Amino acid sequence: MNSASEKTTGASATGDALLSVRHLKKSFGENEVLKDISLEVAKGEVVAIIGPSGSGKSTLLRCATLLETFESGSLAYGKLIIAENNDKGEAVYASKAMQKQAKSTFGLVFQNFNLFPHRSVLHNITSAPMSVQKRGKEEVFAQARLLLARMGLSDKENMMPCELSGGQQQRVAIARALALNPEVLFFDEPTSALDPELTREVLGVIRSLAAEHMTMVIVTHEMFFARDVADRIIFMEGGVIVEEGPASDLITNPKQDRTRAFLADYTA
Amino acid sequence: MVGMLGEGFITSLQIFFLTLLGALPLGLVVAFGRMSRFKPLSLLVQLYISIMRGTPLMLQLMVVYYLPYFGFGISMGDGYRFTATIFAFIINYAAYFAEIYRSGIQSMPHGQYEAAIVLGYSRPQTFFFIIFPQVVKRILPPMTNEVITLVKDTTLSFVLSVPEMFTQAKAIAAAQRAMTAFVVAGGFYYVFNLVVAFVMNRIEKKMDYYHE
Ligand SMILES: Nc1ncnc2c1ncn2[C@@H]1O[C@H](COP(=O)(O)OP(=O)(O)O)[C@@H](O)[C@H]1O
Ligand SMILES: [Mg+2]
Repeated sequence: MNSASEKTTGASATGDALLSVRHLKKSFGENEVLKDISLEVAKGEVVAIIGPSGSGKSTLLRCATLLETFESGSLAYGKLIIAENNDKGEAVYASKAMQKQAKSTFGLVFQNFNLFPHRSVLHNITSAPMSVQKRGKEEVFAQARLLLARMGLSDKENMMPCELSGGQQQRVAIARALALNPEVLFFDEPTSALDPELTREVLGVIRSLAAEHMTMVIVTHEMFFARDVADRIIFMEGGVIVEEGPASDLITNPKQDRTRAFLADYTA
Repeated sequence: MVGMLGEGFITSLQIFFLTLLGALPLGLVVAFGRMSRFKPLSLLVQLYISIMRGTPLMLQLMVVYYLPYFGFGISMGDGYRFTATIFAFIINYAAYFAEIYRSGIQSMPHGQYEAAIVLGYSRPQTFFFIIFPQVVKRILPPMTNEVITLVKDTTLSFVLSVPEMFTQAKAIAAAQRAMTAFVVAGGFYYVFNLVVAFVMNRIEKKMDYYHE
């Protein structure tokens, strides 16, 4: 796995990366939250992003998933260019239609699940494939049931989200994202709202996705999980990428003092 | 007597249902105007809402009825009494409903919008599939209050001599020199509101299949 990540870390802006973020800058008013972030993710790669709170990890995922717009830099999914700088260095976004097309290439799993509370488990999973991707009901329901089986939730399809534990809700949210057949899945601290027991359930699901070479970008505070599951880890602080490298190297042998200080707090 | 009151009651029911039929959707449109990012529209709608809520409905009924004649010299004919009543009720209640919709919409957690947007829902889809059904549940209690108030407010149309139940009761009481008709009419209104409360309660129970 690590050889794959080395190949991509060295790669320049060629078209073979599934996700390509280049020189991304994002501010909220005066507050520059992302300062020139570049990141490429190859197909099948699992990238973990770690860093102290407030370092811009969520903002980076939100920019990549089009929940936020950024002022400068470029964003592309495969050959689909979503935003690119003009000659003044300002990011110009592609048409709404292109953006919509890009949305079916990625999924996002939130820290607090954000399931639709008025819809059953099954409907949470099936509604977007049917109403957004206009796929047939039978095929969508069959796939949703397969996904629920994978999540170990086959007996829960008719339940409402409020009847499930946090760990079960998060697994439904993962199934909901997978139902759109995304090429890359983003996770923003998927276990931070869960206690350790439930955290294990959810991490188990993400591990099994990694084993099947699902492309994933995971923001997490679970350092040992990141080391075991990710091919590559990125350490962010203050809106910049301080250090990145193969997962086990970065955790066991960080090069930067700031990385070391951060890891000392989190792995103690 | 009961026959006349009964006919009046039918008219009261018409005012009640036609008002809901018009004001429930119009209120949603008004709420959108109020929340619009286009400032002039939002301000205009705010002004409309504050006038509707800040002046007596009885006065609004009279303005709507007399404006065509005294304002523009147009005489509208006798059927206009009822039309004017319905129109005034709808624009008044739409203002109240709009504020209830708005508070419900603004109380929705942001994560619901974000989850829908990331899944690729368009903005109208997000609103009608994800947000609005949840808003309905949130606003049922204040809506119930308004609907019960509406039952009682229908009596105000007596100022335009619309033959609804209260107007009829007044006429009967005057002819009989007795207040029996008022008592009977009071009974009608009371039972009507019991039914309204019962129905709203059933709807609330029906929406209880989930919580957040
Ligand atoms: N919508 C927003 N408006 C203003 N500031 C924001 C917003 N979202 C995030 N920020 C700021 O951006 C910085 C990075 O936040 P975030 O990306 O959430 O960090 P992390 O996920 O690493 O904890 C913080 O200083 C935060 O206050
Ligand atoms: Mg965050």
